[in-house]
This record gives sequence, C-alpha cells and structure tokens, in this order.
Amino acid sequence: MTEIQTIIDAIGLGALYALMAVGIALVFGVMRLVNFAYGQLIMFGAYALAFTNDLPEGVSILVCLGVVVALSLTMGVAFVPLRHASPATMLVATFAISFLLQSIALLRYSFTNKPIGDPALVLSRLNQAFTVGSVHVRWITLVLIATGAVSLAALALLLNRTSIGLQIRAAAADFQTARLLGVNAGRVIAFAFLISGVLAAIVAVLFVVQTPFVTPDYGLRETIIVLVAVVVGGIDRLGTATLGGFVIGFATGLFGGFLPGQGPEQGSFPFTTRVYLDSVIFLLVILVLLLRPAGLFARGRGPVERV
Amino acid sequence: MRFLRGALELLGPAAVVVAVGVVGSFTSRSNEIQFRNTLVFVAIVVALYVFVGNSGVLSFGHVSFVAVGAFASGIMTLPGDVKPGVLPDMYPLLRDHSIGNAEGLVLAAGLGGVYAFLVGMPLMRLSGLAAGIATFAVLGITHNVIRYWTKIGPGAGTLSLVPETTDLLQATLGAVALMGIAYAYQRSRLGRMLRATREDPAAAQAAGINVHRQRLWAFTLSGALSAFAGALYVHLLGNITTEQVYLELTFLSLAMLVIGGMGSLWGAVLGALLISGFSSFLTNAEDGVDFPFRLDLPTGTRLVVVGAFMAFVLILRPSGVTGGKELSLPSASSWRRWTSNSSNE
Repeated sequence: MTEIQTIIDAIGLGALYALMAVGIALVFGVMRLVNFAYGQLIMFGAYALAFTNDLPEGVSILVCLGVVVALSLTMGVAFVPLRHASPATMLVATFAISFLLQSIALLRYSFTNKPIGDPALVLSRLNQAFTVGSVHVRWITLVLIATGAVSLAALALLLNRTSIGLQIRAAAADFQTARLLGVNAGRVIAFAFLISGVLAAIVAVLFVVQTPFVTPDYGLRETIIVLVAVVVGGIDRLGTATLGGFVIGFATGLFGGFLPGQGPEQGSFPFTTRVYLDSVIFLLVILVLLLRPAGLFARGRGPVERV
Repeated sequence: MRFLRGALELLGPAAVVVAVGVVGSFTSRSNEIQFRNTLVFVAIVVALYVFVGNSGVLSFGHVSFVAVGAFASGIMTLPGDVKPGVLPDMYPLLRDHSIGNAEGLVLAAGLGGVYAFLVGMPLMRLSGLAAGIATFAVLGITHNVIRYWTKIGPGAGTLSLVPETTDLLQATLGAVALMGIAYAYQRSRLGRMLRATREDPAAAQAAGINVHRQRLWAFTLSGALSAFAGALYVHLLGNITTEQVYLELTFLSLAMLVIGGMGSLWGAVLGALLISGFSSFLTNAEDGVDFPFRLDLPTGTRLVVVGAFMAFVLILRPSGVTGGKELSLPSASSWRRWTSNSSNE
C-alpha cells in the first residue's frame, strides 16, 4: 500500500509545483521575463507568517498576502525598464534582485547574532495524518491538491471570462499588437505581477505548513526546479508550463518514494539511491529538452529554434 | 594602426589586470587575499565569456567545469601522507597518488575540456532558454554526483589541506594567460565564425558555417579554461565544499559577465574587477576603513549593497558597463581620420 501513499504524496507535490509554475509563466507571458526572484516572494511570505505567530491565523495569512503582493508589484515596477533588454540581462537582473532579497533576510541574523532560521507555526495541525486502510495521508496533502485545483480553476476563469484576463492573454500572445488594439501595457503587467503575487502567497502558506523552519534560502531550491519544469513543459503557454510543473513535482515525489534510501539496502545498480534523485530528474530534463526543445507539451516545434 | 588597435584590445585589459596584481603585492597579507580572489574571478569570468560572449548562448553550467577543475586538482595535489585520512572512500588509484601544482593545473584543464566536449556534443544543438536550462541540468548533476559519490569526490564535508599555491604571481599570470587565449580565439577564424552565428544564426548557416560545430569548439575551450580557473580557485582557498562551486558562483560569475558587457573581453574583465573589487572593499569596510572619511559598515550589509549595486547597474545600463565593446582609446576614430589624412598628403 505504500505505493498508493507515494502516489498521493507525489500528486500533492505536483500540485504545489504547478501553482509555482503558473505564477512564473504568467509573468513570462506578458514580460518575457524569467523571474528568478519568485522564490524570494515565497521566502518573504514565509517570514511574514513566522513574524506573526502570535496573531490569529487568519490575520497572519492576510499579512503574508499583503507583504507578498506588495513585493511582487514592486518587482514589476523594478523590471519594467528592462522590458526591452536582452534575455540575459533580464535574467541576471532577477538574479541580482533575488540575491538582494536573500541578503536582506540574512541581515536579521547577522545584526542579532541569532542562529539562522525562524519557525512559522501557522496551520501546523494540518501535518497530522489520517489513516485509510494502511495508507497514512497527511491533511496538508489533501489541502495541497484541493487548493491547487481551486486556484488553477479560478485562474482559468479569470483569464477566460474577464476583460483583464482576455487582455493578459492577448498581451502574452503578441504584446505589440495587443497594445495597438488598446490594451494598457502597464495595467496588464501590474495585473500579471498581482496574480503572480497572490499565487506566491498561497504557495508560501502551503509550504510553511510542510516545512515550518524559515531560512533566507527558503524556497530557493524549489523555485529552481520549477523554473526548469516550466521550460521543460513549454514556457510559451500557461497550460503547458503548469503541466510541466506538475509533472516534475509528480516525478520527484514518485522517484523519491521508490528509490531506495541510503544505507545497507543501497541498490545493486550504482546511482539508484535516493541521494541521486536530483541527477535522475535533471537527466530526464536534458533528454526531454533534446527531444522536444520547445517543451514536452508544446505543439509543433514552437519558437525555439534548433541548430 | 589596425594592429595597434588590436593590441590595445588585449594589452589594455591585461595591463589593468597586471596592475591589480602589482598593487596587491604592496598591500598587507589580509588585503592580498582579496586581490588574489579578484584575479581568480577574472579568470573564471573570462573562461565563461569564451563561450557565452562569443556564441550569445547563456550557459548556467560552466560552474560544473569550474567544480571539475577545482576538485580534480584539489584532490590530486593533496599530500600523499594525509590523503587516505581525508578521503578514505576514494578509488585506490586516486587515493594513493599525488601530483604537483603544475600537473594539477594541466590535469584540471584537460579534464574540463574533455567533460565539456562530451556534454556539449548533444547539448550544443539547443539554443535560447532550452540551452540555458539544459546546461543548468548538467550543473545539477555534476554537483549531485561530486557531493554524494565519495569514490571520486569529497562528499558533503569540506575538502581541506589543499596546498595553497595560488599566490599573486600565479593568479595574475593565470588570469592574463586566459585572457590571451580568449583573445586569440575570438580573433581566429573559428572565433569569427562563432560570432557570426551569434549575430544571425540563419545567415551564418547560409554562409556555410556549422553552428553546432562552432559552438562545440567554444564550449570545449571554455570548459577547459573554466576548469583551469577552478584549479586556481581551489589552490587559493585551501579548503572547499561542493556548495562553493554551485549556485552562488554560477549567479555571481554570470552577473559579473553581464554587468561588464557580455560581448567583449574587456567587459568580462571589467565586470569581474568591478563586482569583485567592490565586494572586497565592502568586506574591509565592515571592519572599518578610512576612505576619505571613516567608513564602518555593520556586519552583513556587504551582500545587500552588492546585490543592490548589481540590480541598479543592470537597470541603468542593460547592455553592461562597456556595452559589449572592446577597449579603445576615446578618440580612436578621430585619430584614425587624422592619420589617414596625413598619409594622403
């Protein structure tokens, strides 16, 4: 029965990565900007939760939402001057912002000489498990899957049924033409960063429940994996990018569950223990990119040229 | 005149780097390490530039070659008497032999080149974001394997007791040698063909240039140089963990290259000198320096200031400080006009 448990956990991880992926792809759509600093939005959200441990949980989550959305909008303003710069410059600028935000978080510890890390206690009771037959499922896994589904459905409604959603999709398809047809560039970009911020806040809360110990590099590793996942899925369309996030999350959960741990049971093949999980995932990434450079789920070859 | 201008493009930056080395030799022991560190960063960024600058394709994987060079040279130059104690799990062939400093550097460069060639063969078919992510995946795998496969790598701990042979002379010579190779390559037939593919891949292909092959040459050369720089780095630090040649170094070296201006050798050198020098200055400022006035920064502010500085430079000058142009005299064009007029008379 551990297989079922592993699969449920893998779906949960997939849902979390899918939420992160859609936030990154949304901004990429309107700005052509791969926002590496997305992880620091989650980190700041997690710190907002950690600093408000004493407040009621609802208030704490609202504070987190406020902080993350404000930071996301600020990032949007900072990146606007770079809209026409080369992709390399934009990416490195987001590195720099990410580096800056991480070092600001580190200041908390270098000023006070505290050991690094703060616990965030919000919603921690969701970590309890319930048992069906011999399968132990933590409540948070169900919450992850449900929140992921609801958020993605809400986003789909917003993008397909509202005027601003239509404008965002138009801008993602062709920014210049969209502007000529009367789409307000600033408004669309602000909205994309706004939605992206709201998603980051949701991710921060879900994340903190699972990993309550908040450090300045919180969420960094996951952001990197999701960035990879978004490109693997196909960054040009929201749907494919989100699927990419889900697939990488699912695969990570699945391999993580099935690969033997380190120790005496070390597999008969080399590199089959769990510590090499990252290598396995990255190797799959390379294979997918070589076979389908425009993305796993992209139709046709897409705009990525092969030489 | 053309020759002079060409010479300036290499000798100008080289002179600046040598000057940094010379100034470093007059400072105190604690400051000298900062100068050596800056010079090694010049080497790393120039090695990265050979591929990224000439091909226009972003690589997030170059630190894998730096890591390969660092650990190849670091592990093999460990003195034989301490080695079995530091690295008990290693393959006997690696554990029971030691080599000298020069052999270590050569070994690093060779291994880095071979590794880059093998990796580049499939990967150089990609361009754009796909190439960036695929090279990053290589970095992820390299880091993962070196960290956990203790038969060839140092494991999760610190590799210590590496001979600290990268003195000011070696650091300066290493950086200048890499610049010389980078310059020779970019002026060569191969380098020019690759630069043509950077400007317009379709036109270059139509002119008979094999884009894949040219990128692979540059990737291999750049991998060898990166590994050499990595060897310099490990012999500068003396002890090193796998985390030190992973994400942060990747971002830092790319940021230096892009901030300097990724299209030119001068940009690579200037970017490394600017960021690394500024960062070293702030390290000192955290302990307090007299720089016109007394400057005493609280501990930990260095990274914040460096991060803000990098972000501001990029937002103000998106194409880098040099704009991707090689070093030239400010009045080069008027000077040329003057000489051509005088030769007509």
